[in-house]
This record gives sequence, C-alpha cells and structure tokens, in this order.
Amino acid sequence: MNKGKAFIKRLTGYRLFLPLFCLVLVLFSNLIKTPGFFEVTIKNGVLYGYIIDVINRASDLVILAVGMTLVVAASGGTDISVGAVMSVAGAVCCFILSGGQQSVNEFVNPYILGVLAAVLAGILCGCFNGFLVAKLKIQPMVATLILFTAGRGIAQLITKGQITYIRVESYKMLGSSIPGIPIPTPVFVALIVVLLTYVLLKKTTLGLYIQTVGINAKASKLMGIKSSMIIFLSYVFCGLCAGISGLVASSRIYSADANNIGLNLELDAILAVALGGNSLAGGKFSLLGSVIGAYTIQALSTTLYAMGVSPDQIPVYKAIVVVVIVALQSTELKRMVSKLQMNIKSGKKVA
Amino acid sequence: MKKRVLSFLTAAVMTTAMILSGCSGAQTAATTAAPAATETKAETTAAKTEAPTTTAAAAEKKEIVVGFSQVGAESDWRTANTQSMKTTFTEANGYKLIFDDAQQKQENQLKAVRNFIQQDVDYIVIAPVTETGWDTVLQEAKDAGIPVIIVDRMINVSDDSLYTAWVGSNFLQEGYDAVAWLDDYLKKNNKADSDINIVTLQGTIGSSAQIGRTNGVEEKMKDHPKWKMLERQTGEFTQAKGQEVMESFLKTYKDINVVIAENDNMAFGAIDAIKAAGKTCGPKGDITIISFDAVAAAFDSMIAGDMNVSVECNPLHGPRVAEIIQKLEKGEKVDKIAYVKEGVFPADTAAAEKPKRQY
Repeated sequence: MNKGKAFIKRLTGYRLFLPLFCLVLVLFSNLIKTPGFFEVTIKNGVLYGYIIDVINRASDLVILAVGMTLVVAASGGTDISVGAVMSVAGAVCCFILSGGQQSVNEFVNPYILGVLAAVLAGILCGCFNGFLVAKLKIQPMVATLILFTAGRGIAQLITKGQITYIRVESYKMLGSSIPGIPIPTPVFVALIVVLLTYVLLKKTTLGLYIQTVGINAKASKLMGIKSSMIIFLSYVFCGLCAGISGLVASSRIYSADANNIGLNLELDAILAVALGGNSLAGGKFSLLGSVIGAYTIQALSTTLYAMGVSPDQIPVYKAIVVVVIVALQSTELKRMVSKLQMNIKSGKKVA
Repeated sequence: MKKRVLSFLTAAVMTTAMILSGCSGAQTAATTAAPAATETKAETTAAKTEAPTTTAAAAEKKEIVVGFSQVGAESDWRTANTQSMKTTFTEANGYKLIFDDAQQKQENQLKAVRNFIQQDVDYIVIAPVTETGWDTVLQEAKDAGIPVIIVDRMINVSDDSLYTAWVGSNFLQEGYDAVAWLDDYLKKNNKADSDINIVTLQGTIGSSAQIGRTNGVEEKMKDHPKWKMLERQTGEFTQAKGQEVMESFLKTYKDINVVIAENDNMAFGAIDAIKAAGKTCGPKGDITIISFDAVAAAFDSMIAGDMNVSVECNPLHGPRVAEIIQKLEKGEKVDKIAYVKEGVFPADTAAAEKPKRQY
C-alpha cells in the first residue's frame, strides 16, 4: 500500500506527468462516443485510423512547437511570425519548382533546389527576427509582428496572388506517404526534427546556455556566454523549423496557398509550449513537454470532429479544455487547493 | 552635459523627420494632383479639336467616368472580377475607368472613395473588404450626388439609400442549384428511390457564402425525405482543413454517398482524403462530389474524373454593373439587388467548357 502511494507520488512528481496525463485524458474521452477510436487498419498500404490522423496532422505543429520552445526559453518572448514564415517557405518552394507558372505537372527545377530554398527562406526570416530581438533589443512580439503582417504579403508577391499548384506525385510524398512505407511521411519529419533538436540540446552545452540566458541574460553575459548570440540563434532555429513545417504543409495540399498555409498556427504553437508545462517567461524548458502539448491540441481537434460537435460550438469546447489543462498545471492553483485542504483539516480539528 | 546633447540630438532628429514627412506628404499630394491636371488639359484639347466638327455629337459622346475600388488580388476569382470590370468599362464602350487596388485594406478603400468624390466621377463602384464602416464615406458620396454601386460582398449600413444597387452572387440560389443537380443526377442513375447519405464541408462559419449555400441546400433537402444529412462541419474554405475533416467523416460514417463542399478547395482536400481511405469518387466512383465556385482547378479535377459538379460563383460583374449604369443614365429606376447569372458545370461538360472560361 505504502509502496503504491510512493509510486504515485513519484509518478505525479515527474515533470511531464501532467501534460501526458492531459493528452491521455483527451484521447481516452473518445472511447465514450467513438469506441473504435484506437482502431488501426491498413488502407492502400498506409496505416489508417483516428489515432494515425492525430499523429500525422499534428506533425506541422510539433515542428513549430520545437522552434517556439527554444525562442520562449531563450528570450522569454514568442515568435508570432511562424505561421507567415511557413507560407513564405511554401511559396518559395512552389515558385522554384513551378518556375513561376501557376500550375505544373512536372518539376521545372530539381526538387532538392526547391526544398533548400524554402528552408533557406525560413532561416533568413529567422535571422531577421533574431537580429531585431537580439541585436536591436526590440520586444519579441513587436519584432516578429513585422513578419507576421508582412510575411503573407511577401508570399502573395512570390505567388503573384494566386494558388500555385505542383501536381507531381513525388511532391505529394512529403505530406502524404512514400510508397511501401506504412507510416505517413510528416510523422518521420517531425520525429527527426525532435530527435535532432533533443540530441543537439543534450549533447552540446546549447540547451544549458539557452536556459541560463532565459533565466538571466545579464548574469550569463557576465559569465561569458554571448547571450545575444544565443537568442539570435534560437530565432534562426525557429525560422528553420517554420520553413520545414511550411514545406510539409505545402506538400499536403501540393500547392502554395499564401493566404491559408499556417494560418493561426503561431497561436497553436505558443499554446503547445504552454500546455507542455513550460513557462512563457523563459528559462527552464522541456522540449518533450511542448511536443506533448502539440499532440494534445491536435488530439482535441480530431476528438471534436469524431464526436460530431457542430462547427459553431467547437471554439467553446476548445477554450474550456485549454482552460482546464492550463489550470491543472498552474502552481498557484495547487497552492490554493492545498491551503483549502489545510483549512478543512484544521477546521475539523477545532470542531 | 551628455544628457543635454542627447536630448538636443533627439529633438533635431524629430524635427528633421517631421520636415521630411511633411515634404513627402506634399510630394504625394503633388503627384496625385498632377494627373488630374493633365487630365483636364487633355479633355480641353480634345474638346477643342472636336469643337469645330459637331458640338452636338461631342456632347452626346461624353464618356462616363467610373471609379472602381477593388479589394486586391487575392485569388483567381478576384483577378477575373477585376478583369471583367476593366474589359467592360473601356473607352470604346464610352467609359473611363479609374481603378484602385486596396490591397485588402479598408482604409485604402475609404481613401480611394474620397479621391473619387474629389475627382467628381460619375459613378463609384466598390467591392468592399469588410461589411461595416461605410456609413460616413458613403454619406459623403451621397452628398456629392454620386451614385454608389456595391459589388460582391454586401455592406452593412444604417441607411439603405446610401448605395444605389448591389451586384453579386445569389448564394442561396447556388444551394438550390446544387440540390436540383443532385436530384437530376440520381434520377438519371436510377437511384432516385435509394437512401442517400450526405456530408457537408462548410465554409468559414458566418461568411455569406457559407450561410447562403448551407441554407439553400437545407431548404431544398426537405423535399427529399430519402436524403439524410449525416453531419456538417467547417473546413474553413481551405484544402488542408477540408481534407482533415473529410478524413474524420470517412472514419465515422462507412456509407457516405455524397459530399457537398462549399468551395472547390475543400473539395480537392476531400477527394485526397477519399482516395487515401481506399474509396473512389467522381462520376465513376462510389462517392459523388458536389462543389461550389467552379474555378479553373475545379475544371481540371472534373476532367480528371474526380469531381462530379461545380456550381458557379460568377465573378464577371462588369456587364451587370454597366447595365445598371446605363439605366441610371436614362433616368430609369433600378433594382436594389441584382444577381449575376450563374451556371452549373457537371463533369461531362467540363472538357468542352474549360477553354471558354475566363478564370
């Protein structure tokens, strides 16, 4: 009995327990109305089922959340331009692959060139944001607001205000699946990004530096860490992630839709970081927490679709769930609850 | 001391900035004034050369000046809309079109309308970015005695007399047309008596296209007791969301017969989702796809055999607006609401229609 209690205490004490618990809760709530939620079959040689949808559709957001976590941790601010940067990356890629035409049935330029250009575009956008935040010391939200508003305009300019279609089977693979492999490609992309970032943070001192700078930029500067460089790099990395995510999103619809790629996704990315139990004030962070947060958001959307909630009510349900999850993780609430418990206990004693 | 220098410097910078901005302001004013001046000059010279020939004919041939404020260039549809205006209001047709691209910003549109009033155009045509915020500027136009014609989106003003007419699509009728087509199609395929399960991918909730199309379909579906609407969900008019929602529909319902997508992009997403689920769609497939808008890519999809039908949302507003202006010129009364003609394009006619399409 005591052992069990200790186990539970150790489990709940684990940092990622709450985010994971919330994700599992959201997923399992489906069993009430959709008993077949966890069923997985194979259709056309690709895994098929609700749970696959969640993992597949969340990939874009997972990649964004990875970049956003580092930005939040290092600068204590958010990059609200990621959605727009996604659309820029998609537009650049499609522009190069189509050679400026509106719809093509084969690549005009090699595929790899388009991908590299898109990633480079993401990095450049990140550099611009990083320069404004790290060197010019502009408030992160204000600095990234520039690309937030201008980014889609740039993407529109590149695509000449039209949707550019790339109707080539190999272009669709990044967003759907590669023949012979049963798992959708975006899942792999997300996995690779998460793993590489994790290794980068754990095997080098970068992770430690980012935390240090996030906790106290001045002190770390005195310690000999180039804090502005670290902040700059985190924005560049975030831009890179947005670029990759934009590629996946564009490949899903095999086109560059400047108005809609990554629309409102910046807010979801910030929410993913928060749902993962990370403080938006910067400092200590958990990469896996953000990843879990991203999956939770997608699980919630898929759940609401599966339950057949009418579209005008969806925002309300989302809001309620988010409020509950965030409240569950708030330390202030925990303190209030324990205080209440103490009061009740002492009240009983007096009585 | 240092501080004083700094404050002096900032003051200096600010004043220069002010002067500079003042300069640029004056410059833009000058440039906008310049074309107007050349215009009047051109007109007078034209009048002079024509004067000796026939004064009466010159007076009759006086061109009608139309100011058109367009939203911007967001899609093929919008480009076709602009093109329609430009090809209708040509000098050959006796018009002079002043075109203004608002780049999706209402403040640019308000500015443009005020410019039109100053230039004393004969008619103002607006394709509004948003529904609200038009009262003041339209009152100014009314005071100046310039009739205003609204195209595409409706506006929301306290006083209806602020605009003369509205030209646009009848989304409700589009919904009716979709149901009528499906009814015909089922009869042709001897399925009129079988149960039909329908799912709908709705547009962005609250947009006029979504409301009209959803209501139109719902109203007419009451005449078909065998048809069942399994579920409606929003795909926010985008291909990615349309695909995501369709994926979910396919897992919840095993026997979907018809998908109604409230625009072409969502239909493309739905088609991808259906194919990924190992089902087929289109005229030869299991699932019938009904879509709206009929953009160029929809014709490609119909030719490829994926989509069954697309109900047109016609962007060619120019001729209808011209009709209204001609009526007003003659002093006749015009209808407050004028719909454009819209067609239904099934897959079997797609290949023949595509070359004729302007957008």
